Amino acid sequence: MSPTAAARRAGPARNLLGIDDLGPDVASGIDEVMGLTDSFVEVSERIIPKVPTLRGRTVVSLFFEDSTRTRLSFETAAKRLSADTMNFSVSTSSVKKGESLRDTIETIEAMGVDAIVVRHGSSGVPRQVARWTDAAVVNAGDGWHEHPTQALLDCYTIRQHAGSFAGKHIAIVGDVKHSRVARSNVAAFTALGAEVTLVAPPTLLPPSLEGWPVRVSHDLDGVLPHTDVCYLLRMQRERMTEALIPSLREYTATFGLTTRRADRLPDDALIMHPGPMNRGVEIAAEVADRPGAVIVDQVRNGVAVRMAVLFLLLGSGTEWGGEDA
Amino acid sequence: MTPPSTTSTGRLLQGGRVVDATGEQVADVAVRPDGTIAAVGTDLDLTALGLADADVLDCAGCVVAPGLVDLHTHLREPGREEAETIETGSRAAALGGYTAVVAMPNTEPAIDSAGIVRQVLEAGAEAGLCDVRVAGSITAGRRGEALSPMAEMADLGVQIFTDDGNGVQDDRLMRRALEYASGLDLTLAQHCEVEALSEGGHMHEGAWSSRLGIPGIPAEAEELMVFRDIALSRLTGARVHFQHLSTAGAVELVRQAKAKGLPVTAEATPHHFTLTHAEVASYDPTFKVNPPLRDDDDVAAVKAGLVDGTIDAIATDHAPHTQEVKEAPFDEAPCGMLGLETALALAITELVEPGLLTLPEVLALMSWRPAAIAGLDGVHGGPVVADAPAHLVVIDPEEEWTVEPAHLASRSRNTPYAGRTVRGRVRHTLLCGEPTVRDGKATR
Repeated sequence: MSPTAAARRAGPARNLLGIDDLGPDVASGIDEVMGLTDSFVEVSERIIPKVPTLRGRTVVSLFFEDSTRTRLSFETAAKRLSADTMNFSVSTSSVKKGESLRDTIETIEAMGVDAIVVRHGSSGVPRQVARWTDAAVVNAGDGWHEHPTQALLDCYTIRQHAGSFAGKHIAIVGDVKHSRVARSNVAAFTALGAEVTLVAPPTLLPPSLEGWPVRVSHDLDGVLPHTDVCYLLRMQRERMTEALIPSLREYTATFGLTTRRADRLPDDALIMHPGPMNRGVEIAAEVADRPGAVIVDQVRNGVAVRMAVLFLLLGSGTEWGGEDA
Repeated sequence: MTPPSTTSTGRLLQGGRVVDATGEQVADVAVRPDGTIAAVGTDLDLTALGLADADVLDCAGCVVAPGLVDLHTHLREPGREEAETIETGSRAAALGGYTAVVAMPNTEPAIDSAGIVRQVLEAGAEAGLCDVRVAGSITAGRRGEALSPMAEMADLGVQIFTDDGNGVQDDRLMRRALEYASGLDLTLAQHCEVEALSEGGHMHEGAWSSRLGIPGIPAEAEELMVFRDIALSRLTGARVHFQHLSTAGAVELVRQAKAKGLPVTAEATPHHFTLTHAEVASYDPTFKVNPPLRDDDDVAAVKAGLVDGTIDAIATDHAPHTQEVKEAPFDEAPCGMLGLETALALAITELVEPGLLTLPEVLALMSWRPAAIAGLDGVHGGPVVADAPAHLVVIDPEEEWTVEPAHLASRSRNTPYAGRTVRGRVRHTLLCGEPTVRDGKATR
């Protein structure tokens, strides 16, 4: 760590590796982020959407897996806070030459960074990274594990359109088994008081749901009339080759939000998707463009939520984020 | 095994409690310069024994027993000497109280020919810290396609064969291997894992894998192969040894097979009776092992299997890996953890201390029963009596110590027990009467 970065911190930085890192009272932690997000939404609406909050701080995006939208969202957030940003893309990095993950982290830390935003295809990598650095670590999606800022922006979007979570029924539909978004969202939505039903064929559900505060259904048609938020997950084509579903056609017929099926939703229900969408597979093209579909809002809110997260980790003394280094 | 040194004037192991398969007694053990036991008893007349100048090893408060025998050691040589060598692994074994280890054949190249067997045996003898024996591979190159030259390797003393690291997937090939091995009076040891079910998995499939988002390996991947090999043992009459049992279902299958009189034996590792899949919540690849750490019920079943004799032996599955490869992302890191230097203490701490087993019962699981499975009885694990080879371990069952990776003799540091306080420590280990470990320190 550079002397200046070290001087700013008495010890290891706070991290956001999963929803549980928001503190012992997750709901309060989410509320705190939401409150800050409100003010950063206002910043984003200014003619010059930039504040000097993190001037002099350096945020590195360390993406071992392609994700244009998440990377751009974090970078935009950091820049609107006036942080210096660095990009580390695996395709051009020394990782391709065989450098270990730890060496990569220690090299980056030696350059004097304040936060590392990590995306990796393997579950747990952000937690490993946090052991090797005193910089703040933000999980931008790891394997099938968690994607906490996606959950936070989803929470913000739901609250923006539907108000309180209490008593709301949220259906998460699709490939829950392989979804980091689903794991973070289940934790966040239920912490805020919503009821969550996972809707998927058994092959696309985790092998055990012990300890998950959710209900499970294999009947989307039966769930939709009682759903306030229908959250669709991306269906990946390789699930067919893994014999988890017989065909995309059958998946769409059984679990896709078709126009006919969307009509079963209450009039004020929200339709959400973390993107990128497979139009015509998990969601019909025309359904994605309905007034209740808030998918574009999710993306827009993502920047403000990530500004709030970076501000909390780097710009305030707030004690949340439990992971020790 | 020849004595590592002939300069000895003989030794006296004084003041210990001698424990072996025949019972226990408070007695001194006198050892001749040639590495055999001269006498066992109280008030030994050393002059009459020709051992008046004997080197005295203090064994007060300790148990003197036949040296431990590990059925399942990865010495990594040839091919991955950066993680372990035969010498460093042998030293770790000696410090753990072992006088014999069976080296697994998943080296590079695999131990699948007389030439490589000879190379490993010679390196083991040269190190002189432990009796290094070899398990040959069942199939050529451990590829699971064609039988390896078992008879050629058996001529060099190899008595146990395994493709450890992988189970033999092909049912018909495994049947042929068992038939062939039975004709040579050999034992086949199986790493039980149906790869069609386990492929892509990195930890036990269950509540924790679901929560952590790590692909899981179901218990059934192990149990199906145990089930198959019990059936094939019945079909062929051949001896099958089940390696590192980890699931309640597998333990029960072996229990039933033994009740029917089938010639099957089994081992369990310390980590499978001391750790669960909850450890993986740290995402620390130190806890990545194959078969994976399972759930509480499986741990309880493995302990029950050790208690009721379903499981015949505690084996280490000592699997050294360098820090560099173990610091990879969890799903990319290799499986395996160290075991030789901590196995005995873990058995004492987790099995003897809670009253599940007595120390002599643990010694049976770690010395004479594995010696018999490996075909080493008569050399290792035998009664501590006159004229027997002095392959001995002296254990202080009360000493507490803390596992510190930096202090281990292995070339690698991947122990999951770093910082854990355990009870029971090896004070001396003697190979052919010569101390390889003296007062808790390796002699060379």
